[in-house]
Amino acid sequence: MTAEAEFAAIPISVTVNGVKHDAVVEPRTLLVYFLRDHLNLTGAHVGCDTSQCGACTVHFNGRAVKSCTILALQANGAEIKTIEGLANGDAFHPVQEGFREKHGVQCGFCTPGMIMTAVDLLETNPNPTDDEIKHAFEGNLCRCTGYVNIVESVKWAADKMRR
Amino acid sequence: MFPANFGYVAARSVNEALRLLVEHGDGAKLVAGGHSLIPAMKLRLASPRTLIDLGTVPGLSGVKIEGNNLIIGALTVHADVASSDLVRKHLPGLADAALVIGDMQVRNRGTIGGSVAHADPAADFPVILTALNASFVARSSSGSRSIAADDFFTDFYTTAMTANEILTEIRIPLPLSGSGTAYVKLPHPASGYAVVSAGVLVTRQSSGSCTSARVAIGGLGSGPVRAVAAEAELQGKPLTPQVIAAAAAKAAENTNPMDDTYADAEYKRHMAAVFARRAIEKAVERAAR
Repeated sequence: MTAEAEFAAIPISVTVNGVKHDAVVEPRTLLVYFLRDHLNLTGAHVGCDTSQCGACTVHFNGRAVKSCTILALQANGAEIKTIEGLANGDAFHPVQEGFREKHGVQCGFCTPGMIMTAVDLLETNPNPTDDEIKHAFEGNLCRCTGYVNIVESVKWAADKMRR
Repeated sequence: MFPANFGYVAARSVNEALRLLVEHGDGAKLVAGGHSLIPAMKLRLASPRTLIDLGTVPGLSGVKIEGNNLIIGALTVHADVASSDLVRKHLPGLADAALVIGDMQVRNRGTIGGSVAHADPAADFPVILTALNASFVARSSSGSRSIAADDFFTDFYTTAMTANEILTEIRIPLPLSGSGTAYVKLPHPASGYAVVSAGVLVTRQSSGSCTSARVAIGGLGSGPVRAVAAEAELQGKPLTPQVIAAAAAKAAENTNPMDDTYADAEYKRHMAAVFARRAIEKAVERAAR
């Protein structure tokens, strides 16, 4: 088989933020680059080369995942939610509000990933302790804030979501 | 970086995946959660010609009880092992391990079968599964065989499976009543991987004396190591703090760990004893409940 045939692009169908997209992608296309380059959803960021920083975090069938460590092909048939899909029209998600209210943002690079992780956490554990929040964020690194306000933002959001 | 170019096939059944393995030979790699393989491919430490996706094969995930065994499908993600009511009830030590792998996002994709088949010397599941006397079902085109954990992890990143076998499930004997299980690790502060770790299965009579113990240590060798000297110290004895400490002190006996940039051999041996003690204490406390 020729190299072109062997490494040929493959059709996929992925639902992103409720919209179904049909595309043809090279096998080595990572999900984060599919979102950023093919779909222009640049909220998911590439912050490292080692699957550690979490700036690429999105939801895959409802679970927070690192989109830099998933092939676009593996997302065939899946439902992806990115930061762009979180707000309801003009109404921010409570986690987005929390990051505003509690100043959980400085440069903003880690923020989409932080928010997507927070949303997954609060959907499974609506009343987390500080320790549980910190454990949940082990996969999200921030170089600016020192994390204190990020934890406060999540607690603020948890409070609002419980009411 | 991007991985080097490769071909990809989404397998729809184990039999198809087995056929593809044979067809593509050396150049093929199976991918499950991909959270060891894809990072390696991004750094070009691995560049398989063809990826065979097991994630698209139905029926390979889930936790159930069959007779006297807990059965976990190879494609079950760590998060689901950690949150399984069956695991938490019968094998809390397994849940301990699942909860400290990677981070939340990794636990939502990484699979127990992938962890076992990849056999990273710093991985968590191989250690606890050795302590729990698990066996691994390997399927090939000529049938299935069951390989005991004690025989499975043969070298760094190497298992007793052949290139034409696929791990389909993990079978763990349900512990006898009066048993406790636990897993603890000393994480590397940057990577979170185990510098050393300890997995324990201990069974005690109601009088408090130990009828059997399995202690597996990670970080001292190319894979999990059974601390047989520590186990012998526990066997038949009342499980007092002094007995546990004396047993844990032998955790590194007959091992020859390597020095590395983070931890030298002496430190690893010392910490193996510390973490063995913590794991035994936690298992004994659970056994007494």
